[in-house]
Amino acid sequence: MKSKFVSKYRYSIILLKELVITEFKLRYQGSALGYLWSLLRPLFLFVILYFVFVYFLRVGSGIPHWPVAMLLGIVLWNFFSEVTNIGLTSIVSRGDIIRKINFPKYVILLAGSVSALINLVLNLFVIGVFMWINQVNLSWSALLSPLYIIEIFIFALGLSFILSTIFVKLRDMNYIWEIIMQALFYASAVIYPISMVVERSATIAQVLLLNPVAQAIQDARQTLIYDQTPTLLSISSGNILIAFIPIALVIAVFIFGAWFFKKQSPNFAENV
Amino acid sequence: MPENDNSNSDTVLSVSHVSKDFHLPHHKSNSIKSTIINIFKRKDKEVDIQHALRDISIDVKKGEFFGIVGRNGSGKSTLLKIIAGIYRPTKGTVKTTGKLVPFIELGVGFNPELTGKENVYLNGALLGFSRDEINAQYNAIVAFAELQDFMDQKLKNYSSGMQVRLAFSVATCAEADILLVDEVLAVGDADFQRKCFAYFKKLKKDKVTVIFVTHDMDAVREYCDRVVLINDSKVMAIGQAGKISQEYTRLFTDASDDVVGQESTRWGKGGAETVGIDVSISDDLITIRHRIVSKYTINNPIIGIRIRSASGIDVTGTNTKIEKIDTGVFKAGHERMLVWTMPAVLADGEYYIDPAIVDADGITVQDWWDEAVKFMVTKERHLPYSIDPGFNVEFSNN
Repeated sequence: MKSKFVSKYRYSIILLKELVITEFKLRYQGSALGYLWSLLRPLFLFVILYFVFVYFLRVGSGIPHWPVAMLLGIVLWNFFSEVTNIGLTSIVSRGDIIRKINFPKYVILLAGSVSALINLVLNLFVIGVFMWINQVNLSWSALLSPLYIIEIFIFALGLSFILSTIFVKLRDMNYIWEIIMQALFYASAVIYPISMVVERSATIAQVLLLNPVAQAIQDARQTLIYDQTPTLLSISSGNILIAFIPIALVIAVFIFGAWFFKKQSPNFAENV
Repeated sequence: MPENDNSNSDTVLSVSHVSKDFHLPHHKSNSIKSTIINIFKRKDKEVDIQHALRDISIDVKKGEFFGIVGRNGSGKSTLLKIIAGIYRPTKGTVKTTGKLVPFIELGVGFNPELTGKENVYLNGALLGFSRDEINAQYNAIVAFAELQDFMDQKLKNYSSGMQVRLAFSVATCAEADILLVDEVLAVGDADFQRKCFAYFKKLKKDKVTVIFVTHDMDAVREYCDRVVLINDSKVMAIGQAGKISQEYTRLFTDASDDVVGQESTRWGKGGAETVGIDVSISDDLITIRHRIVSKYTINNPIIGIRIRSASGIDVTGTNTKIEKIDTGVFKAGHERMLVWTMPAVLADGEYYIDPAIVDADGITVQDWWDEAVKFMVTKERHLPYSIDPGFNVEFSNN
């Protein structure tokens, strides 16, 4: 059984591995500090954001560990944005290969997302440092947090399938997506605490959190940083059905995306 | 086709009733604006359907060296891409048995920023080799490419010949059941070509199934067991190499009977076009005035002429690349004139000029016009050959 799986996906696995290695090698080529930048970049960005939001804007000043929670939100949002943005252009930017050789196209998409995953891990490492400085107490619930990362990943992958397929035929898609992402960013309670929204209207907060990214970020904050962070479940006063909507959305987007991509991918070579 | 009546048990490639249409919208609607306009103006959504292939059926048996020949634009490369699984056929099916490795182009995925070594692994992966498999053959690959001292250098520092050698070397380690080769031989220097031919001989000896797309009738006669001739998107003939290569040559001779200037002997993207050719002949010079109008701006195109005799023999020709002339920018809508001169060495007779305009990459044909113009050379004496340089004959006094 295992060998059958391996032989069916052998080519994909070989290719995925090689594309990831290549991308990683190319990323910091010629820079003196190389891979270290993957750590230094988020580190300095966080220090800047920390000062801006905590000392100047004073957003979320009443919330324990808000700066760290905000950074976590930014990290998860960047991950989502990186996977979808790389995914969107991935098929078109690899057009040269697609026109010359037949291979499973989803590998290109996966390769792009793996480099985003590596970045995420490095970023989370930096977050860990900030959590330690901020003396955040980790509870057992922290073990649940990878689930939310997986949720964001699957959602982003599903969207990438759809976006990259559309982008092959409609080259305006990247601009449209850029605008949508801008709107989503401010609607996802990344740089402001969702409790600010809850104070005004619990319903609006509820609607905002139906977006899987916003919901996952809130849940990750709750499990990792501060257990009183409002989540979709807590705002909906424990209504499991409502809390299930974003999950259903993620699954639906992924299944539709994979189907759509698979159906269209044989036409990529003549359209890219 | 009697060839197909044999038992099918050892058929490794079966193409049955394959057709391929390309939909070419007049203005490719890949922006929102045009898409929206097209949605509302359904009637205007004119789409040109180009029938690249019509009802192609081919069976290739294990161990066969099978050629696909045809003129430019006949659809042979499309057929190869369908066999390779790059394009999906509009109709019909392709069945292959065993591992198929395509050499549609050498060095697919090569990245100039990576070292030679890294590129070997990347290119190898695209051809389906794992790291371990490459490791096992790595020394052989490097030795075959003769690049031992360069493997840790970036590919961008390689000469183009070195890149081709490396790519070919990776490709040759493929242990394929079916190999697809698309005119790879057209590139590289003589030394490299000799290596390629040696490799093909080895493939033939090892009874590897090879599908070979080419223009080169000498190669066809030498290597191919059977050949299919594709013309005008259809199978024109399938059979023994010798017979088909004759037919192919006849196809070209027939074409040369066409009326001068007919569209059928002209092809290309049309971004720049030959609009006029004037030939004037003096006692010692032939002057060809070549007028070109470009529809859009083209940088440094290669412009060439070829002179053919009435019997279809290529007499001579040259292009701006050979002459090392920088053609510069051809601005959209402008007309430019190129003046070719040569000593009046052509013998008495009728000649044709084939002008061509090709992009700087040497591949994309903007305008290729066979027999655009006919001219006469009249000399007092007649030679049965095309060149009359003027001979001097005398007995030596020994």
